[in-house]
Amino acid sequence: MGEGDIIEVQDLEHTFNGFVAVRGISFSVRRGEIFSFLGPNGAGKSTTINILTTLLPLQAGTVRVAGHDVAREPGRVREAIGIVFQDDVLDRDLTVWETMEFHGRLYSIPRDERKKRIDEMLRVVELDAKRNERTKNLSGGMKRRLQIARGLLTRPEVLFLDEPTQGLDPQTRMRMWDYIREVNAAGTTVFMTTHYMEEADMLSDRISIIDHGRIIVSGTPEELKNTLGEDVVYLETGDDAKARETLRGVGEIRSVTESPRGLSITISADGSHCLPRIVERVRGAGIDISSVNLKKPTMDDVFVYYTGRELRDEGA
Amino acid sequence: MSSSTTPAGNCATREREQKVAWEFLTVYWREMIRFVRFRTQLLSSLLQPALWMAFFGVAMSSNFNRFTSAIPVPAGVIPVDYLTFMAAGVIAMTTLFTSLFGGISLLFDKNWGLMREMLASPMPRTHIMLGVSLSGMTKSFIQVAIIMVFGLILGVRFFPGFSPARIAVSILGIFAFVGVFSLGFLLFSSTISMRLESPEGLQGIITLLTLPLFFVSNALYPIQAFPPLLQALSIYNPLTHLVSGVRYFALGSEFFAVGASYSFTPADVLLSFGYLVVFATVMYLLARRTFQKAVVT
Ligand SMILES: Nc1ncnc2c1ncn2[C@@H]1O[C@H](COP(=O)(O)OP(=O)(O)OP(=O)(O)O)[C@@H](O)[C@H]1O
Ligand SMILES: [Mg+2]
Repeated sequence: MGEGDIIEVQDLEHTFNGFVAVRGISFSVRRGEIFSFLGPNGAGKSTTINILTTLLPLQAGTVRVAGHDVAREPGRVREAIGIVFQDDVLDRDLTVWETMEFHGRLYSIPRDERKKRIDEMLRVVELDAKRNERTKNLSGGMKRRLQIARGLLTRPEVLFLDEPTQGLDPQTRMRMWDYIREVNAAGTTVFMTTHYMEEADMLSDRISIIDHGRIIVSGTPEELKNTLGEDVVYLETGDDAKARETLRGVGEIRSVTESPRGLSITISADGSHCLPRIVERVRGAGIDISSVNLKKPTMDDVFVYYTGRELRDEGA
Repeated sequence: MSSSTTPAGNCATREREQKVAWEFLTVYWREMIRFVRFRTQLLSSLLQPALWMAFFGVAMSSNFNRFTSAIPVPAGVIPVDYLTFMAAGVIAMTTLFTSLFGGISLLFDKNWGLMREMLASPMPRTHIMLGVSLSGMTKSFIQVAIIMVFGLILGVRFFPGFSPARIAVSILGIFAFVGVFSLGFLLFSSTISMRLESPEGLQGIITLLTLPLFFVSNALYPIQAFPPLLQALSIYNPLTHLVSGVRYFALGSEFFAVGASYSFTPADVLLSFGYLVVFATVMYLLARRTFQKAVVT
């Protein structure tokens, strides 16, 4: 693990009454980056965040956050982090200001400093007009913004965001991305989880794809996409399984994966030159082709490639 | 939690604990906002003791006074009417109810995920239960004040022939007893709330507890009339000791009520207070253990 690592996780495992939710993962997050855990429901993302934020006890492995061991110095870790929980965790009957005030007092921020920071944070997330509104009267996007403001009030070294844009409309989601980038640009390391490919792709410096409690692959979005080669050909055929068999052994083809959408074929060379031969070959085997599509790889393709299945987008 | 901290680590920990030693006031502040904000909760908690006094107290007192007026009052002892006798019981009972329910806000915090904010903060976990308990104690104080004022209107004769100075001391004494007693039960309630999943469970436990606690005590009638077993049991009931303390401060060390003579020495009262302090301490240790081990996600 390098000098600049603010989160260091070694062989982390977590079991709930015999069910292994996290199966020995290791990763590190560098100071100042946005790091994403990308994975489907039940992958173990929240469980990992809960251990890193000291909410769940460490069962096996070692975890250091901001230079402190979560098992030995949980107090130090707590002082150094901010958290935005997956579900809206706001006291419905407190006002926006009271919510912030409560949090600031929990962390013993002195009164004057607290007032200054609350005003500043509410301005940043554009909620100063709502400061006397009870949180139950806020829209979903406002609630999420308030939680981000709250998480940042203590000027944490690391901000944990568990599915920060789940259930938000596309416009609000893009605004949240802007906030997250701003926060990061101001020096806060961001550890976030998401099951939106696009989000991980757009925001992260580095991504770990996690499924069934294991990290399957890690890298920058570019690296991950590049491992798939230049292009992907999508093919819808009368018999995907047979077509897949037929394509085995074609030089430029790296892999063929079946998905509900059809076959996705990753190609190491320029796709437009391989396409005619692929089509000929499948047709030649007597299989109908109903649609052909060629495109540059996306995080979706990366996910399908590494997990062998489509990540259902359950948001909104 | 590991105990293998270096001396330097220990020092840092102590420093931090000192810095945040008042954080329970933050929890207290939030609890009081909730108390004032939930109008129905506020009103019912203020009305409930008054209604007990108005209906139960007045109805029972006309009955009891009829039965017991025939019993001769020993010479030199102040006779106390049933309403006045029972007012101390209503104070005790109200405190018991309010305190037993006091932990419920922790249960909601836990179920709605709000507790995670506190558990993930540097605030020592014991401050959560301390803040909640202090706010419960404050609510009991408000209720006790209401009962005393409302009782005065109904004809409760507390502090008979006391000098103003003695009245002031007596009020402090009553609040001291109510405070320690309520802390004990609030911490108990907090422990239960942290271990339970549903408010219904807490409700069930409270119902199961209040009846025996209430009736195996001297709140409504003299213990002297109990069968020996119940008499013995009532000695271990914290409610009995609260009622004794309140009566000592409100009615004096010697009085006659519901056909029985009462006399308390200062030693009795200290013993009762000591018993309540021990009870509250045990409950504190229990609650602290529960909070330190609590995992809420
Ligand atoms: N307290 C718990 N008790 C038992 N099982 C649990 C508990 N918390 C999580 N799990 C299980 O652990 C696995 C991982 O859950 P986790 O919440 O970490 O998933 P996730 O990646 O955050 O998913 P999502 O995208 O739905 O939030 C799931 O199978 C879940 O059912
Ligand atoms: Mg989750």
